Amino acid sequence: MSDTPDTSLLRTPLYALHRELGGKLVPFAGYEMPVQYPAGILKEHLHTRAKAGLFDVSHMGQVRLRGTNPAAALETLVPGEIQGLAPFRIRYSLFLNERGGILDDLMITNAGDHLFLVVNAGCKHADIAHMRARLPAGIAVEYLEDRALLALQGPAAAAVMARHIPAAATMPFMSYAEGSIAGMPVLFTRSGYTGEDGYEISVHNDQAEALARLLLAEPEVEPIGLGARDSLRLEAGLCLYGHEIDETTTPVEAGLVWALGKRRRAEGGFPGWSLISTQLAEGPSRRRVGIRPDGRAPARDGTEIVDAAGNRLGLVTSGGFGPTVNGPIAIGYVPTAFAAEGTAVALVVRGKPLAARIVGLPFVKQNYYRGGSAA
Amino acid sequence: MSRIKFTKDHEWIRVEDGIGVVGITEYAQHALGDIVFVELPDLGKDVTQGGNAAVVESVKAASEVYAPVGGEVTAINAELAEEPARVNTDPLGTGWFFKLRIANPAELDGLMDSDAYQTYLERLA
Repeated sequence: MSDTPDTSLLRTPLYALHRELGGKLVPFAGYEMPVQYPAGILKEHLHTRAKAGLFDVSHMGQVRLRGTNPAAALETLVPGEIQGLAPFRIRYSLFLNERGGILDDLMITNAGDHLFLVVNAGCKHADIAHMRARLPAGIAVEYLEDRALLALQGPAAAAVMARHIPAAATMPFMSYAEGSIAGMPVLFTRSGYTGEDGYEISVHNDQAEALARLLLAEPEVEPIGLGARDSLRLEAGLCLYGHEIDETTTPVEAGLVWALGKRRRAEGGFPGWSLISTQLAEGPSRRRVGIRPDGRAPARDGTEIVDAAGNRLGLVTSGGFGPTVNGPIAIGYVPTAFAAEGTAVALVVRGKPLAARIVGLPFVKQNYYRGGSAA
Repeated sequence: MSRIKFTKDHEWIRVEDGIGVVGITEYAQHALGDIVFVELPDLGKDVTQGGNAAVVESVKAASEVYAPVGGEVTAINAELAEEPARVNTDPLGTGWFFKLRIANPAELDGLMDSDAYQTYLERLA
């Protein structure tokens, strides 16, 4: 509860702005980050779904891969179709280990003459070391420490962006562009982590605060902390590294088969291919599912999921209150036999089994931009 | 005549005729943020001073609410099931949690009065 800064933590270029805006700063992935602003998580969440929110995600790792055919090189570490990724398009992918476990999830952009990657804050140094150790000498792995990352998310995000970069309004979902906002050069993608339309905007550290102030001056835009970022992604059914996915979960168990390229599934050539092929053929023994408690009590991460007889089925990996759902929601793993929608389970909260049922994901309909040119 | 006392864990208890009404303070509701669920004790339950009596959940996390003094739970604020946000909007009024029949009034003596609690909050700031 103390406002005394913890000097062992890193700060993003927006640190001073977070304090000025009354952000409640907490340690997250080695950074001092705003978990909420004075409006609070509930209002910030609902505002993002209604209008637009601005998030500081500068703690995430931005990496550039240059050299001879970086797409082919990167395919040795991830199961996605990267060589077939059209210029200025983005793909969600996964760094895998030899057991098919997930080392991190990431966004890969074909930026024309190089690949642009965004990886998780908590994994970025390991990811960079992993790439430097495994990729051929001809591939340069550049950690873009001099760049901040802002996410502008919500149904009004496109209108806000279009005031500065008109073409942004019609760029396809999961595409990339370069431009400038008030003279500040930016790299931006139409993507996000909230289930809403929106953008992630990469800007030089020196210009990050000016860009954030400019976007916050737009009438639709409010600053949003990591608390609402988490409740928004949970409602959107998206995985959080270290919760839904980690080195012990495979993409098949996690319901991320769509991130495996068709050619890659057939040809292999990525870590864990044989185990993943077996799971694809035989079906995984457990699956990631959505869970709705019947009552109002939230079931938090680590809550035990049991069957009617009290036998342990698995654990909740993320759980809490969904402000848009207006009730408790959770994601967890259960044996495949219990993974069908509508299956009754119980969640053991403070020693008491509370009735719940398996539901499809996401909890809130995704509101991604579906116009624009098909690639 | 009623009197109100406070704990170091930011609960309050208002005492009238041997019955204490319990809730959490303005400071506590502000620190917790938006309350989305309150778990109240069963009627008739015996709680002990400093023991777990209720749970309050914000969007982000669950927190225990401790009994300011020991006693038997005689009433619970059922309206919090439908409107947990009352704890945020009116923590010392309609956002009360439960009532208890105080077992040992001497336990109240160790709690802070309003002035002492204000001083305590100033030291936390």
